[in-house]
Amino acid sequence: MKYLDEFREKGLARPLVAELKRSVTRPLRVMEICGSHTMAIFRNGLRSILPEGFTLISGPGCPVCVTSASHMDAFISMAERPKVRVAIFGDLFRVPGSNGSLANASSRGAKVDIVYSPMDALELAVRNPEDLVVFLGVGFETTTPGIAATILAAKNRNIKNFTVFSTQKVMPPPLIALLGDPELKIDGLLCPGHVSSIIGAGAYQPLADTYHLACVVAGFETTDLLNGLILLARQVGQGVAKVENTYQRVVNWEGNLRAARMVDEIFEPTDMEWRGLGTIPGSGLAIRPKYADFDAQARLDIVLPHTTEAKGCRCGEILKGKSIPTQCPLFNTRCTPQNPIGPCMVSSEGTCAAYYKYGID
Amino acid sequence: MCLAIPMRVTKIEGNPDDFSSSQIATVDADGIGREIRLDVVDRWPELGDYVIVHAGFAIHTLEAVEAEANIRLLRELAAGMPEELL
Amino acid sequence: MSEKTILLDHGSGGLASQELISNLILKHLDSPILHNLEDSAIIDNQPGRLAFTTDSYVVDPIFFPGGDIGKLAVHGTINDLAMRGARPLCLSLGLILEEGFGLDDLERIIISIAEACSASGVPVVAGDTKVVPRGKGDKVFINTSGIGIVPDGIDISSKNAREGDVIILSGTMGDHGITIMTRRAGISMQGKLESDTMPLHGLVRQLLDGLPGAIHTLRDPTRGGVATSLNEIAANSGLAICMEEESLPVRPEVRAACEILGLEPLYLANEGKCLAVVSPDMAQQALAIMRSCPEGREAAIIGRMTAGKPGRVVINTPVGGSRVVTPLHGEPLPRIC
Repeated sequence: MKYLDEFREKGLARPLVAELKRSVTRPLRVMEICGSHTMAIFRNGLRSILPEGFTLISGPGCPVCVTSASHMDAFISMAERPKVRVAIFGDLFRVPGSNGSLANASSRGAKVDIVYSPMDALELAVRNPEDLVVFLGVGFETTTPGIAATILAAKNRNIKNFTVFSTQKVMPPPLIALLGDPELKIDGLLCPGHVSSIIGAGAYQPLADTYHLACVVAGFETTDLLNGLILLARQVGQGVAKVENTYQRVVNWEGNLRAARMVDEIFEPTDMEWRGLGTIPGSGLAIRPKYADFDAQARLDIVLPHTTEAKGCRCGEILKGKSIPTQCPLFNTRCTPQNPIGPCMVSSEGTCAAYYKYGID
Repeated sequence: MCLAIPMRVTKIEGNPDDFSSSQIATVDADGIGREIRLDVVDRWPELGDYVIVHAGFAIHTLEAVEAEANIRLLRELAAGMPEELL
Repeated sequence: MSEKTILLDHGSGGLASQELISNLILKHLDSPILHNLEDSAIIDNQPGRLAFTTDSYVVDPIFFPGGDIGKLAVHGTINDLAMRGARPLCLSLGLILEEGFGLDDLERIIISIAEACSASGVPVVAGDTKVVPRGKGDKVFINTSGIGIVPDGIDISSKNAREGDVIILSGTMGDHGITIMTRRAGISMQGKLESDTMPLHGLVRQLLDGLPGAIHTLRDPTRGGVATSLNEIAANSGLAICMEEESLPVRPEVRAACEILGLEPLYLANEGKCLAVVSPDMAQQALAIMRSCPEGREAAIIGRMTAGKPGRVVINTPVGGSRVVTPLHGEPLPRIC
């Protein structure tokens, strides 16, 4: 596949592995914000050959992992209403609420449709005029513009039975919340690739300046990741803290302004609950009153239940980078992919799922 | 947190400035084709351009020049040459 | 018959049933034993041991590029027999039809079954048809059971895999699984994706005749894909497995569709492929035999049985690292993150 295969070439990757080893001149702790980075690093086998002294901590960039238990419970109760059909990304299907998942609800008769794109959910609404379709919105800045465009398309096409339940989140606020914690000692951030294509590499400059952090934007192929890790090691070795972009073919400094305008048209900032981090002001997006017809929370009577996290579950600590899965008493005992307690285990890119799947003993 | 892959544009419909027009492209990767949306792409693509596709939406149109620069820098890095980025 | 769809009467055992069977089923399935319409088929004694297997098919959609539920049902059961070194002898065919299912579609499936049986040389010799009310089924469910004969001296089992044995995969991974997945509304895409459903008893026969004693284990990686089957072989043999990611054969279209949906070919179903665990000194010959068969043109060595934590499957990545490959926990689902 073009623009993919070149960046996976073994002949290019292997020398970069050697270069990475040379670049680690002092120990460093880097937070990988993006769940897809966590997955890619495990999957490519990079985790197993990371040089001594380079510690990677997974952060809150897994949209499914940070979906609060009370939001999951609200999603599930929505799915169970008659004449409602929920449409979801596959990632959400097995995430547990306090009492089962959407998969369990589906087996009890709830109408749950897995879609690849929010536009598929709109077509679902057109095909099923007798149901109210609720698209369960999760995701960060990469996903939100498409959801916004879908709402606009629904309005332009005058579709009356399509709504979105927005739990969309934005990226810098939780990082600022985490970085304010003196116990979290990190030297740098491995910044997300595709979120950055929307918000721009410049979004991390305030973090580099305020917290003296090396910030490197990286893509997802083996050579992209190695590139990112090398530059992080070099910056920390030199005592430098700046923003570098190694994913130039997709990311620029300013970001995607057209996408930003689309999001701004449909959504406005709101406070949002993050699993493990609590409610962070201005870290989420709500549908503007102008588009209330497409807002599931405005059209339906939705009460967010007050749900407590499962006892012993350390997902919150793990998302803050304070614990690793093997330190959680439930990991690989009561909590496994077949029987997940918290989203970190269910989500395909959750830290615990990655540790379990890719074989940490 | 986002799965997105480069795909080649084989057909385009719609007007970038008119959101009531259906802003749709057909894209291809290794013989697999799909319709995707262009409502939020930064630069309106031309036929043959590659776009990064996430959840059925193009989020970025690739510039061949940037991609070539990217790979060149990687090769330099692999060859042990110093580099400056940004 | 004047009706166009299945009625409850077709399942009653009365004249309507008999008409359906003779006009639509016996018209195409030509085994003389079947045409006797007795309560059981009687099969003469065969030398060797009996292999017996059963499988049910509920795939949706029932027609897909590369095949249909009928073809799948014939090949799947033939392959289960072949994977134990058995020569398939005959099949039974059980149909559960939903009231309202189109007779044209049913006939299409029966014709497909007849063609698959004829091409494989394995007849349907016993059958049954039931009808369930509308909504209590899903068009058609099929069960096929099969009897085969294992010649004396043949002992194929995952328990027989030895440390150092070479693992060969007979062709490209994930073709069937991704084809079915992309037929679902909401995830469809265009492209040359098709199921790989095919019978493997011919290929297996060549292997066993050509290299007696060298083939220790055979497995067809259906649900759960190659990853799950390798985990089963490792667990049953008490050994570990080491695979090379670069040697895994995957068609470019399958890889592209998987990249788009966030799926991995290692976990997707195959319906016309087998894994062979082979004595290392005969590995090249086994590979040559497989590649000489139409079913095995793209056969490749993908790994070996190793010492190590029993049941553990590890894959070496192109960059020089490794990771563990766990068995599939549930249905593979498309993802965006």
